[in-house]
Amino acid sequence: METPLTQHIRQDGAPLYLKEYEQTGGYEALRKAVTMQPKEIMDLVKDSGLRGRGGAGFPTGMKWSFVPMGDKAPHPKYLVANGDEMEPGTFKDRLLIEGKPHQLIEGMIISAYAIEADVAYIFIRGEYTEGSAIVQKALSEAYEAGYLGKNILGSPYSLEMHIHTSVGRYMCGEETGLLNALEGKRATPRAKPPFPQSSGLFGKPTIVNNIETLSCIPHIINNGAEWFKKLSLTGEGGTKIYGASGKVKRPGLWELPLGTTVREILIDRAGGMRDGLKLRGFLPGGASTDFLTEEHLDVNMDFTAVGKVGSRMGTGTIIVMDDKTCPVGFVHNLEYFFAQESCGWCTPCREGLPWVEKTLRSIEEGTGQMEDLDILDFHTKYLGPGNTFCALAPGAMEPLQSALKYYRDDFIKHITEKRCPWRS
Amino acid sequence: MLSEEERKEIEEEFKLYPHKQAAAIEAMKVVQKHRGWLSDESMQDLARMLEISVEDLDGVATFYNLLYRSPVGRHIILVCNSISCYILGYNEIYQALSNVLGIRFGETSPDGRFTLLPVPCLGTCDHAPAMMIDKDLHRDLTPETIGKILEAYK
Repeated sequence: METPLTQHIRQDGAPLYLKEYEQTGGYEALRKAVTMQPKEIMDLVKDSGLRGRGGAGFPTGMKWSFVPMGDKAPHPKYLVANGDEMEPGTFKDRLLIEGKPHQLIEGMIISAYAIEADVAYIFIRGEYTEGSAIVQKALSEAYEAGYLGKNILGSPYSLEMHIHTSVGRYMCGEETGLLNALEGKRATPRAKPPFPQSSGLFGKPTIVNNIETLSCIPHIINNGAEWFKKLSLTGEGGTKIYGASGKVKRPGLWELPLGTTVREILIDRAGGMRDGLKLRGFLPGGASTDFLTEEHLDVNMDFTAVGKVGSRMGTGTIIVMDDKTCPVGFVHNLEYFFAQESCGWCTPCREGLPWVEKTLRSIEEGTGQMEDLDILDFHTKYLGPGNTFCALAPGAMEPLQSALKYYRDDFIKHITEKRCPWRS
Repeated sequence: MLSEEERKEIEEEFKLYPHKQAAAIEAMKVVQKHRGWLSDESMQDLARMLEISVEDLDGVATFYNLLYRSPVGRHIILVCNSISCYILGYNEIYQALSNVLGIRFGETSPDGRFTLLPVPCLGTCDHAPAMMIDKDLHRDLTPETIGKILEAYK
Protein backbone atom coordinates (compact mmCIF):
# COMPACT_ATOMS: atom_id res chain seq x y z
CA MET A 1 0.00 0.00 0.00
CA GLU A 2 1.44 3.35 -1.03
CA THR A 3 1.43 6.28 1.39
CA PRO A 4 3.01 9.13 -0.59
CA LEU A 5 1.97 11.94 1.77
CA THR A 6 3.22 10.47 5.02
CA GLN A 7 6.00 8.25 3.72
CA HIS A 8 9.31 9.26 5.34
CA ILE A 9 7.58 11.20 8.15
CA ARG A 10 9.47 10.10 11.24
CA GLN A 11 7.76 8.12 13.96
CA ASP A 12 8.66 10.80 16.50
CA GLY A 13 7.28 13.47 14.17
CA ALA A 14 10.57 15.39 13.88
CA PRO A 15 10.49 17.37 10.61
CA LEU A 16 12.22 16.34 7.40
CA TYR A 17 14.30 19.33 6.45
CA LEU A 18 15.71 20.09 3.02
CA LYS A 19 18.56 17.61 2.71
CA GLU A 20 16.51 14.65 3.87
CA TYR A 21 13.55 15.72 1.80
CA GLU A 22 15.74 15.93 -1.30
CA GLN A 23 17.21 12.51 -0.52
CA THR A 24 13.68 11.08 -0.67
CA GLY A 25 13.10 12.58 -4.11
CA GLY A 26 11.95 15.96 -2.89
CA TYR A 27 11.74 18.85 -5.40
CA GLU A 28 12.08 16.45 -8.37
CA ALA A 29 8.44 17.22 -9.15
CA LEU A 30 9.20 20.95 -9.18
CA ARG A 31 12.12 20.43 -11.57
CA LYS A 32 9.73 18.61 -13.88
CA ALA A 33 6.89 21.11 -13.42
CA VAL A 34 8.87 24.17 -14.50
CA THR A 35 9.52 22.48 -17.86
CA MET A 36 5.77 21.97 -18.38
CA GLN A 37 3.12 24.46 -19.45
CA PRO A 38 0.81 25.68 -16.64
CA LYS A 39 -2.15 24.27 -18.56
CA GLU A 40 -0.54 20.83 -18.70
CA ILE A 41 -0.26 20.82 -14.91
CA MET A 42 -3.83 22.01 -14.52
CA ASP A 43 -5.07 19.25 -16.84
CA LEU A 44 -3.02 16.65 -14.98
CA VAL A 45 -4.54 17.69 -11.65
CA LYS A 46 -8.01 17.67 -13.23
CA ASP A 47 -7.46 14.17 -14.65
CA SER A 48 -6.19 12.88 -11.30
CA GLY A 49 -9.62 13.48 -9.76
CA LEU A 50 -8.08 15.26 -6.75
CA ARG A 51 -10.79 16.81 -4.59
CA GLY A 52 -10.13 19.38 -1.85
CA ARG A 53 -9.19 17.78 1.45
CA GLY A 54 -10.30 20.69 3.64
CA GLY A 55 -13.79 19.29 4.04
CA ALA A 56 -15.90 20.46 1.11
CA GLY A 57 -14.32 18.17 -1.50
CA PHE A 58 -14.48 20.54 -4.48
CA PRO A 59 -12.47 19.29 -7.51
CA THR A 60 -9.09 21.02 -7.28
CA GLY A 61 -8.28 21.17 -11.00
CA MET A 62 -11.67 22.69 -11.72
CA LYS A 63 -11.18 25.31 -9.00
CA TRP A 64 -7.86 26.30 -10.57
CA SER A 65 -9.37 26.48 -14.05
CA PHE A 66 -11.52 29.51 -13.05
CA VAL A 67 -8.40 31.68 -12.60
CA PRO A 68 -7.84 34.14 -15.47
CA MET A 69 -4.68 33.11 -17.33
CA GLY A 70 -2.31 34.54 -19.92
CA ASP A 71 -1.06 38.02 -20.76
CA LYS A 72 -4.29 39.81 -20.03
CA ALA A 73 -4.82 38.32 -16.56
CA PRO A 74 -4.65 40.76 -13.62
CA HIS A 75 -1.55 40.56 -11.41
CA PRO A 76 -0.39 39.94 -8.75
CA LYS A 77 -2.21 36.63 -8.48
CA TYR A 78 -2.18 34.77 -5.18
CA LEU A 79 -2.10 31.22 -3.86
CA VAL A 80 -3.01 30.64 -0.21
CA ALA A 81 -2.53 27.44 1.80
CA ASN A 82 -5.30 27.03 4.34
CA GLY A 83 -3.75 25.67 7.51
CA ASP A 84 -6.30 27.09 9.94
CA GLU A 85 -7.53 23.63 11.03
CA MET A 86 -9.75 24.75 13.90
CA GLU A 87 -12.68 22.36 13.47
CA PRO A 88 -13.01 20.33 16.67
CA GLY A 89 -11.88 16.76 16.15
CA THR A 90 -9.68 17.64 13.17
CA PHE A 91 -5.93 17.29 13.48
CA LYS A 92 -4.63 15.87 10.20
CA ASP A 93 -2.89 18.90 8.66
CA ARG A 94 -0.71 19.33 11.73
CA LEU A 95 1.02 16.06 10.79
CA LEU A 96 1.94 17.36 7.33
CA ILE A 97 2.89 20.86 8.52
CA GLU A 98 5.20 19.57 11.25
CA GLY A 99 6.46 16.36 9.67
CA LYS A 100 6.99 17.23 5.99
CA PRO A 101 7.03 21.01 5.52
CA HIS A 102 8.92 20.91 2.20
CA GLN A 103 6.25 18.68 0.64
CA LEU A 104 3.76 21.47 1.34
CA ILE A 105 6.11 24.15 0.02
CA GLU A 106 6.89 22.14 -3.12
CA GLY A 107 3.19 21.51 -3.69
CA MET A 108 2.54 25.22 -3.29
CA ILE A 109 5.25 26.29 -5.73
CA ILE A 110 3.92 23.90 -8.39
CA SER A 111 0.32 24.98 -7.77
CA ALA A 112 1.32 28.64 -7.89
CA TYR A 113 3.15 27.97 -11.18
CA ALA A 114 0.04 26.29 -12.58
CA ILE A 115 -2.11 29.36 -11.92
CA GLU A 116 0.73 31.80 -12.69
CA ALA A 117 0.64 33.24 -9.17
CA ASP A 118 3.17 35.82 -8.02
CA VAL A 119 2.81 35.59 -4.25
CA ALA A 120 1.84 32.73 -1.94
CA TYR A 121 0.86 32.80 1.73
CA ILE A 122 0.85 29.90 4.15
CA PHE A 123 -1.95 30.61 6.61
CA ILE A 124 -1.31 28.69 9.84
CA ARG A 125 -3.38 28.93 12.99
CA GLY A 126 -1.74 30.75 15.89
CA GLU A 127 -1.84 27.76 18.19
CA TYR A 128 0.42 25.71 15.89
CA THR A 129 3.51 27.45 17.22
CA GLU A 130 5.86 24.56 16.56
CA GLY A 131 4.47 23.99 13.06
CA SER A 132 4.94 27.66 12.15
CA ALA A 133 8.55 27.62 13.31
CA ILE A 134 9.22 24.45 11.30
CA VAL A 135 7.64 25.85 8.12
CA GLN A 136 9.51 29.14 8.60
CA LYS A 137 12.82 27.30 8.69
CA ALA A 138 11.84 25.18 5.67
CA LEU A 139 10.88 28.35 3.77
CA SER A 140 14.32 29.88 4.38
CA GLU A 141 15.93 26.67 3.15
CA ALA A 142 13.78 26.68 0.02
CA TYR A 143 14.76 30.29 -0.76
CA GLU A 144 18.40 29.51 -0.23
CA ALA A 145 18.26 26.50 -2.53
CA GLY A 146 16.69 28.54 -5.33
CA TYR A 147 13.27 26.89 -5.18
CA LEU A 148 11.68 30.24 -4.28
CA GLY A 149 12.31 33.84 -5.25
CA LYS A 150 13.46 35.11 -8.62
CA ASN A 151 13.79 32.73 -11.61
CA ILE A 152 13.09 29.46 -9.85
CA LEU A 153 15.59 26.76 -10.93
CA GLY A 154 16.71 29.04 -13.75
CA SER A 155 13.22 29.25 -15.29
CA PRO A 156 11.48 32.55 -16.11
CA TYR A 157 9.08 31.91 -13.20
CA SER A 158 9.36 33.84 -9.91
CA LEU A 159 7.41 33.41 -6.67
CA GLU A 160 7.47 34.95 -3.22
CA MET A 161 6.11 32.92 -0.29
CA HIS A 162 5.31 34.09 3.24
CA ILE A 163 3.81 32.69 6.43
CA HIS A 164 0.85 34.31 8.15
CA THR A 165 0.18 32.99 11.64
CA SER A 166 -3.38 33.60 12.67
CA VAL A 167 -4.79 34.76 15.99
CA GLY A 168 -7.60 32.29 16.43
CA ARG A 169 -11.12 32.27 15.02
CA TYR A 170 -12.92 29.38 13.31
CA MET A 171 -14.08 31.68 10.52
CA CYS A 172 -10.47 32.00 9.34
CA GLY A 173 -10.83 28.53 7.89
CA GLU A 174 -13.67 29.64 5.62
CA GLU A 175 -12.24 30.57 2.23
CA THR A 176 -13.32 34.22 2.11
CA GLY A 177 -13.07 34.76 5.88
CA LEU A 178 -9.44 33.69 5.53
CA LEU A 179 -8.87 36.30 2.82
CA ASN A 180 -10.28 39.04 5.06
CA ALA A 181 -8.02 37.85 7.88
CA LEU A 182 -5.02 38.05 5.53
CA GLU A 183 -6.01 41.62 4.68
CA GLY A 184 -5.84 42.50 8.38
CA LYS A 185 -9.60 42.60 8.88
CA ARG A 186 -12.24 40.67 10.82
CA ALA A 187 -12.60 37.20 9.32
CA THR A 188 -16.17 37.67 8.15
CA PRO A 189 -17.26 35.87 4.98
CA ARG A 190 -17.59 37.68 1.65
CA ALA A 191 -20.51 37.57 -0.77
CA LYS A 192 -19.97 35.30 -3.79
CA PRO A 193 -19.82 36.17 -6.65
CA PRO A 194 -17.26 37.47 -7.27
CA PHE A 195 -15.47 34.22 -6.47
CA PRO A 196 -11.92 34.45 -5.12
CA GLN A 197 -10.58 32.91 -8.34
CA SER A 198 -11.39 36.18 -10.11
CA SER A 199 -11.44 38.65 -7.19
CA GLY A 200 -9.90 37.35 -3.99
CA LEU A 201 -7.04 38.60 -1.87
CA PHE A 202 -6.61 42.38 -2.32
CA GLY A 203 -9.17 42.13 -5.13
CA LYS A 204 -6.91 39.97 -7.25
CA PRO A 205 -7.31 36.37 -8.56
CA THR A 206 -6.68 33.97 -5.69
CA ILE A 207 -6.75 30.24 -5.05
CA VAL A 208 -7.17 28.90 -1.52
CA ASN A 209 -6.32 25.21 -1.05
CA ASN A 210 -6.08 22.99 2.00
CA ILE A 211 -2.67 21.78 3.26
CA GLU A 212 -3.36 18.11 2.48
CA THR A 213 -4.63 19.01 -1.01
CA LEU A 214 -1.44 20.95 -1.81
CA SER A 215 0.73 18.17 -0.40
CA CYS A 216 -0.74 15.78 -3.01
CA ILE A 217 0.44 17.89 -5.95
CA PRO A 218 4.14 16.88 -6.18
CA HIS A 219 3.13 13.21 -6.24
CA ILE A 220 0.65 13.77 -9.07
CA ILE A 221 3.39 15.50 -11.10
CA ASN A 222 5.90 12.72 -10.40
CA ASN A 223 3.62 9.74 -10.99
CA GLY A 224 0.78 10.91 -13.18
CA ALA A 225 -3.01 11.14 -13.01
CA GLU A 226 -3.70 7.43 -13.54
CA TRP A 227 -1.39 6.42 -10.70
CA PHE A 228 -3.13 8.88 -8.38
CA LYS A 229 -6.57 7.64 -9.35
CA LYS A 230 -5.56 4.05 -8.69
CA LEU A 231 -4.37 4.88 -5.19
CA SER A 232 -8.02 5.09 -4.16
CA LEU A 233 -10.33 2.13 -3.72
CA THR A 234 -13.41 3.78 -5.16
CA GLY A 235 -12.09 5.88 -8.03
CA GLU A 236 -12.19 9.31 -6.35
CA GLY A 237 -8.42 9.57 -6.52
CA GLY A 238 -5.59 9.46 -4.03
CA THR A 239 -5.00 8.49 -0.48
CA LYS A 240 -6.57 10.23 2.51
CA ILE A 241 -5.25 11.00 5.95
CA TYR A 242 -7.92 9.55 8.20
CA GLY A 243 -8.00 9.93 11.95
CA ALA A 244 -9.89 8.82 15.00
CA SER A 245 -10.33 10.39 18.42
CA GLY A 246 -12.51 9.66 21.42
CA LYS A 247 -12.45 6.53 23.58
CA VAL A 248 -10.96 4.18 21.03
CA LYS A 249 -7.97 2.03 21.97
CA ARG A 250 -5.46 3.71 19.65
CA PRO A 251 -6.46 7.23 18.63
CA GLY A 252 -4.34 8.51 15.77
CA LEU A 253 -3.86 9.33 12.09
CA TRP A 254 -3.37 6.94 9.18
CA GLU A 255 -2.83 7.53 5.47
CA LEU A 256 -5.00 4.98 3.65
CA PRO A 257 -6.50 4.60 0.18
CA LEU A 258 -9.40 7.00 -0.30
CA GLY A 259 -12.55 4.94 0.12
CA THR A 260 -11.28 2.74 2.96
CA THR A 261 -14.20 1.53 5.07
CA VAL A 262 -15.05 3.07 8.42
CA ARG A 263 -14.63 -0.41 9.91
CA GLU A 264 -11.02 -0.62 8.84
CA ILE A 265 -10.29 2.83 10.26
CA LEU A 266 -12.11 2.41 13.57
CA ILE A 267 -11.57 -1.28 14.27
CA ASP A 268 -8.36 -2.31 12.48
CA ARG A 269 -6.43 0.94 12.88
CA ALA A 270 -7.88 2.56 15.99
CA GLY A 271 -8.29 -0.81 17.72
CA GLY A 272 -12.02 -0.49 18.38
CA MET A 273 -13.55 0.79 21.59
CA ARG A 274 -11.75 0.81 24.92
CA ASP A 275 -12.66 -2.13 27.15
CA GLY A 276 -16.13 -1.95 28.64
CA LEU A 277 -17.39 0.62 26.15
CA LYS A 278 -19.65 0.29 23.13
CA LEU A 279 -19.76 2.38 19.97
CA ARG A 280 -22.82 4.61 20.10
CA GLY A 281 -22.12 6.73 17.03
CA PHE A 282 -19.49 8.79 15.25
CA LEU A 283 -18.99 11.99 13.32
CA PRO A 284 -17.11 10.88 10.19
CA GLY A 285 -15.23 14.09 9.45
CA GLY A 286 -15.17 16.66 12.21
CA ALA A 287 -17.67 18.64 14.25
CA SER A 288 -19.73 19.82 11.28
CA THR A 289 -20.76 16.40 9.95
CA ASP A 290 -23.86 14.28 10.66
CA PHE A 291 -23.70 11.37 13.11
CA LEU A 292 -23.48 7.88 11.69
CA THR A 293 -23.88 4.67 13.70
CA GLU A 294 -22.71 1.07 13.85
CA GLU A 295 -24.82 0.16 10.84
CA HIS A 296 -22.56 2.43 8.76
CA LEU A 297 -19.28 0.71 9.61
CA ASP A 298 -18.96 -0.79 6.14
CA VAL A 299 -19.45 2.49 4.31
CA ASN A 300 -16.47 3.54 2.22
CA MET A 301 -15.03 6.80 3.52
CA ASP A 302 -15.14 8.88 0.37
CA PHE A 303 -17.10 11.95 -0.67
CA THR A 304 -19.84 10.06 -2.52
CA ALA A 305 -20.44 7.06 -0.28
CA VAL A 306 -20.60 9.00 3.00
CA GLY A 307 -22.91 11.50 1.31
CA LYS A 308 -25.23 8.71 0.29
CA VAL A 309 -25.82 7.61 3.89
CA GLY A 310 -26.65 11.12 5.02
CA SER A 311 -23.38 12.59 6.23
CA ARG A 312 -20.17 14.05 4.83
CA MET A 313 -16.62 12.76 4.80
CA GLY A 314 -15.52 16.30 5.72
CA THR A 315 -11.92 16.19 6.88
CA GLY A 316 -11.93 12.41 7.34
CA THR A 317 -11.05 12.64 11.03
CA ILE A 318 -13.62 10.58 12.91
CA ILE A 319 -14.89 11.56 16.37
CA VAL A 320 -16.20 8.51 18.22
CA MET A 321 -19.02 8.63 20.77
CA ASP A 322 -19.16 5.79 23.27
CA ASP A 323 -22.16 4.58 25.30
CA LYS A 324 -20.93 6.23 28.52
CA THR A 325 -20.90 9.68 26.95
CA CYS A 326 -24.16 11.64 26.99
CA PRO A 327 -25.32 12.46 23.45
CA VAL A 328 -27.03 15.66 24.64
CA GLY A 329 -23.87 16.81 26.42
CA PHE A 330 -21.86 15.86 23.33
CA VAL A 331 -24.03 17.93 20.99
CA HIS A 332 -24.20 20.77 23.50
CA ASN A 333 -20.40 20.94 23.50
CA LEU A 334 -20.41 21.16 19.68
CA GLU A 335 -23.10 23.85 19.54
CA TYR A 336 -21.36 25.86 22.25
CA PHE A 337 -18.34 25.91 19.96
CA PHE A 338 -20.33 26.96 16.89
CA ALA A 339 -22.28 29.65 18.79
CA GLN A 340 -19.04 31.08 20.14
CA GLU A 341 -17.29 31.02 16.78
CA SER A 342 -20.15 32.50 14.74
CA CYS A 343 -18.73 35.76 13.39
CA GLY A 344 -22.05 37.56 13.84
CA TRP A 345 -22.17 38.72 10.24
CA CYS A 346 -25.60 37.30 9.44
CA THR A 347 -28.62 37.29 11.73
CA PRO A 348 -29.79 33.64 11.61
CA CYS A 349 -26.37 32.39 12.70
CA ARG A 350 -25.69 35.15 15.25
CA GLU A 351 -29.09 34.81 16.93
CA GLY A 352 -29.96 31.19 16.19
CA LEU A 353 -26.84 29.42 17.39
CA PRO A 354 -26.88 30.90 20.93
CA TRP A 355 -30.58 29.95 21.10
CA VAL A 356 -29.72 26.38 20.13
CA GLU A 357 -26.87 26.30 22.64
CA LYS A 358 -29.05 27.57 25.52
CA THR A 359 -31.85 25.15 24.64
CA LEU A 360 -29.44 22.22 24.67
CA ARG A 361 -27.90 23.42 27.92
CA SER A 362 -31.29 23.50 29.64
CA ILE A 363 -32.15 19.99 28.39
CA GLU A 364 -28.77 18.72 29.57
CA GLU A 365 -29.23 20.34 32.97
CA GLY A 366 -32.71 18.89 33.43
CA THR A 367 -34.79 22.02 32.95
CA GLY A 368 -35.79 21.36 29.34
CA GLN A 369 -39.35 20.96 28.06
CA MET A 370 -40.83 18.85 25.28
CA GLU A 371 -41.41 21.99 23.14
CA ASP A 372 -37.63 22.46 23.13
CA LEU A 373 -37.35 19.57 20.70
CA ASP A 374 -39.61 21.47 18.28
CA ILE A 375 -37.42 24.55 18.74
CA LEU A 376 -34.33 22.51 17.91
CA ASP A 377 -36.05 20.93 14.88
CA PHE A 378 -37.03 24.43 13.75
CA HIS A 379 -33.43 25.59 13.88
CA THR A 380 -32.07 22.63 11.94
CA LYS A 381 -34.33 23.81 9.13
CA TYR A 382 -33.88 27.58 9.34
CA LEU A 383 -30.15 27.55 10.01
CA GLY A 384 -29.69 24.96 7.26
CA PRO A 385 -28.28 25.38 3.75
CA GLY A 386 -29.47 28.45 1.86
CA ASN A 387 -30.59 30.47 4.87
CA THR A 388 -27.27 31.84 6.05
CA PHE A 389 -24.38 33.77 4.55
CA CYS A 390 -21.81 30.98 4.81
CA ALA A 391 -21.63 27.31 5.77
CA LEU A 392 -20.90 27.72 9.49
CA ALA A 393 -24.50 27.46 10.71
CA PRO A 394 -25.54 24.73 8.24
CA GLY A 395 -22.44 22.81 9.38
CA ALA A 396 -23.46 23.34 13.00
CA MET A 397 -26.88 21.87 12.24
CA GLU A 398 -25.49 18.60 10.86
CA PRO A 399 -24.58 16.94 14.18
CA LEU A 400 -27.74 18.37 15.78
CA GLN A 401 -30.21 17.14 13.18
CA SER A 402 -28.69 13.67 13.16
CA ALA A 403 -28.57 13.53 16.97
CA LEU A 404 -32.29 14.38 17.07
CA LYS A 405 -32.80 11.49 14.65
CA TYR A 406 -30.62 8.81 16.27
CA TYR A 407 -30.70 9.83 19.95
CA ARG A 408 -34.15 11.39 20.29
CA ASP A 409 -35.01 9.00 23.15
CA ASP A 410 -32.05 10.33 25.10
CA PHE A 411 -33.27 13.91 24.68
CA ILE A 412 -36.77 12.84 25.83
CA LYS A 413 -35.32 10.98 28.82
CA HIS A 414 -33.50 14.15 29.95
CA ILE A 415 -36.75 16.11 29.75
CA THR A 416 -39.03 13.59 31.47
CA GLU A 417 -36.54 12.68 34.21
CA LYS A 418 -35.51 16.33 34.63
CA ARG A 419 -31.85 15.36 34.83
CA CYS A 420 -28.99 14.00 32.76
CA PRO A 421 -29.10 10.21 33.06
CA TRP A 422 -25.31 10.08 32.57
CA ARG A 423 -24.56 12.23 35.61
CA SER A 424 -24.48 10.56 38.98
CA MET B 1 4.90 55.29 22.24
CA LEU B 2 5.97 52.29 20.24
CA SER B 3 9.57 51.35 20.87
CA GLU B 4 12.18 51.47 18.14
CA GLU B 5 12.32 47.67 18.19
CA GLU B 6 8.55 47.35 17.80
CA ARG B 7 8.52 49.81 14.92
CA LYS B 8 11.30 47.96 13.14
CA GLU B 9 9.54 44.62 13.48
CA ILE B 10 6.27 46.08 12.21
CA GLU B 11 7.99 47.70 9.26
CA GLU B 12 9.38 44.26 8.34
CA GLU B 13 5.78 43.00 8.24
CA PHE B 14 4.76 45.83 5.89
CA LYS B 15 7.05 44.29 3.27
CA LEU B 16 4.93 41.14 3.09
CA TYR B 17 1.69 42.86 2.06
CA PRO B 18 0.67 45.45 -0.54
CA HIS B 19 -1.12 47.68 2.02
CA LYS B 20 -0.16 48.71 5.54
CA GLN B 21 -3.57 47.70 6.94
CA ALA B 22 -2.95 44.10 5.92
CA ALA B 23 -0.21 43.96 8.54
CA ALA B 24 -2.66 44.96 11.32
CA ILE B 25 -2.82 41.53 12.92
CA GLU B 26 0.93 41.02 12.70
CA ALA B 27 1.51 44.50 14.12
CA MET B 28 -0.73 43.81 17.11
CA LYS B 29 1.11 40.54 17.66
CA VAL B 30 4.41 42.40 17.71
CA VAL B 31 3.18 44.76 20.44
CA GLN B 32 1.63 41.87 22.36
CA LYS B 33 4.90 39.96 22.19
CA HIS B 34 6.73 42.86 23.83
CA ARG B 35 4.07 44.03 26.31
CA GLY B 36 1.81 41.03 26.86
CA TRP B 37 -1.37 42.87 25.87
CA LEU B 38 -2.78 45.72 23.80
CA SER B 39 -3.46 48.88 25.83
CA ASP B 40 -5.61 51.76 24.52
CA GLU B 41 -2.47 53.81 24.15
CA SER B 42 -0.60 51.24 22.10
CA MET B 43 -3.70 50.74 19.93
CA GLN B 44 -3.67 54.47 19.14
CA ASP B 45 0.01 54.36 18.24
CA LEU B 46 -0.53 51.29 16.09
CA ALA B 47 -3.54 52.77 14.29
CA ARG B 48 -1.47 55.82 13.35
CA MET B 49 1.31 53.64 12.04
CA LEU B 50 -1.12 51.47 10.05
CA GLU B 51 -2.95 54.56 8.76
CA ILE B 52 -6.38 53.32 9.85
CA SER B 53 -8.79 54.51 12.53
CA VAL B 54 -8.32 53.19 16.04
CA GLU B 55 -11.96 52.04 15.96
CA ASP B 56 -11.26 49.89 12.89
CA LEU B 57 -8.22 48.41 14.56
CA ASP B 58 -10.14 47.74 17.77
CA GLY B 59 -12.83 45.99 15.71
CA VAL B 60 -10.14 43.63 14.46
CA ALA B 61 -8.51 43.15 17.87
CA THR B 62 -11.76 42.23 19.59
CA PHE B 63 -12.69 39.71 16.88
CA TYR B 64 -9.82 37.31 17.48
CA ASN B 65 -9.26 34.91 20.35
CA LEU B 66 -5.53 35.38 20.83
CA LEU B 67 -5.32 39.19 20.94
CA TYR B 68 -5.70 40.57 24.46
CA ARG B 69 -7.21 43.99 25.14
CA SER B 70 -6.86 43.61 28.91
CA PRO B 71 -3.74 42.88 30.99
CA VAL B 72 -2.83 39.19 31.22
CA GLY B 73 -0.55 37.14 33.46
CA ARG B 74 3.05 36.21 32.69
CA HIS B 75 1.88 32.89 31.29
CA ILE B 76 -1.30 32.16 29.34
CA ILE B 77 -2.97 28.79 29.79
CA LEU B 78 -5.21 27.81 26.89
CA VAL B 79 -7.41 24.86 27.83
CA CYS B 80 -9.00 22.96 24.95
CA ASN B 81 -12.74 22.68 25.56
CA SER B 82 -13.65 20.99 22.26
CA ILE B 83 -15.32 17.69 21.69
CA SER B 84 -12.48 15.15 21.81
CA CYS B 85 -11.12 16.74 24.99
CA TYR B 86 -14.68 16.94 26.37
CA ILE B 87 -15.08 13.18 25.90
CA LEU B 88 -11.73 12.44 27.55
CA GLY B 89 -12.30 14.58 30.66
CA TYR B 90 -11.75 18.25 29.84
CA ASN B 91 -14.03 19.21 32.71
CA GLU B 92 -11.85 17.48 35.32
CA ILE B 93 -8.78 19.21 33.88
CA TYR B 94 -10.46 22.59 34.07
CA GLN B 95 -11.60 21.95 37.64
CA ALA B 96 -8.07 20.89 38.65
CA LEU B 97 -6.55 24.03 37.09
CA SER B 98 -9.21 26.21 38.60
CA ASN B 99 -8.63 24.70 42.05
CA VAL B 100 -4.85 24.96 41.95
CA LEU B 101 -4.87 28.55 40.67
CA GLY B 102 -7.98 29.76 42.45
CA ILE B 103 -9.32 31.39 39.27
CA ARG B 104 -11.90 30.72 36.57
CA PHE B 105 -11.79 31.25 32.81
CA GLY B 106 -10.99 34.84 31.89
CA GLU B 107 -9.20 35.54 35.17
CA THR B 108 -5.56 36.06 36.18
CA SER B 109 -4.08 34.55 39.34
CA PRO B 110 -3.55 37.14 42.11
CA ASP B 111 0.25 36.74 41.84
CA GLY B 112 0.06 37.70 38.16
CA ARG B 113 1.56 34.40 37.07
CA PHE B 114 -1.22 32.78 35.03
CA THR B 115 -4.23 33.78 32.94
CA LEU B 116 -6.69 30.96 32.27
CA LEU B 117 -8.55 30.90 28.94
CA PRO B 118 -10.60 28.36 26.98
CA VAL B 119 -9.57 27.58 23.40
CA PRO B 120 -11.43 25.70 20.68
CA CYS B 121 -9.62 22.60 19.48
CA LEU B 122 -5.84 22.59 19.80
CA GLY B 123 -5.66 20.05 16.98
CA THR B 124 -4.15 17.26 19.04
CA CYS B 125 -7.34 15.21 19.43
CA ASP B 126 -5.48 11.88 19.51
CA HIS B 127 -3.81 13.03 22.72
CA ALA B 128 -6.80 14.56 24.49
CA PRO B 129 -7.26 16.23 26.89
CA ALA B 130 -4.79 18.98 26.06
CA MET B 131 -3.76 22.50 26.97
CA MET B 132 -1.16 25.02 25.86
CA ILE B 133 0.93 27.19 28.15
CA ASP B 134 2.53 30.01 26.16
CA LYS B 135 4.08 28.12 23.24
CA ASP B 136 4.17 24.69 24.86
CA LEU B 137 1.61 22.00 24.16
CA HIS B 138 0.75 19.63 27.03
CA ARG B 139 -1.15 16.49 26.05
CA ASP B 140 -2.74 13.37 27.55
CA LEU B 141 -3.45 15.38 30.71
CA THR B 142 -4.78 13.98 33.96
CA PRO B 143 -5.90 16.12 36.92
CA GLU B 144 -2.94 14.67 38.87
CA THR B 145 -0.31 15.96 36.44
CA ILE B 146 -1.53 19.56 36.44
CA GLY B 147 0.37 20.74 39.52
CA LYS B 148 3.69 19.43 38.26
CA ILE B 149 3.28 21.01 34.83
CA LEU B 150 2.53 24.42 36.35
CA GLU B 151 5.66 24.28 38.50
CA ALA B 152 7.84 24.78 35.43
CA TYR B 153 6.35 28.25 34.81
CA LYS B 154 7.69 30.75 37.30
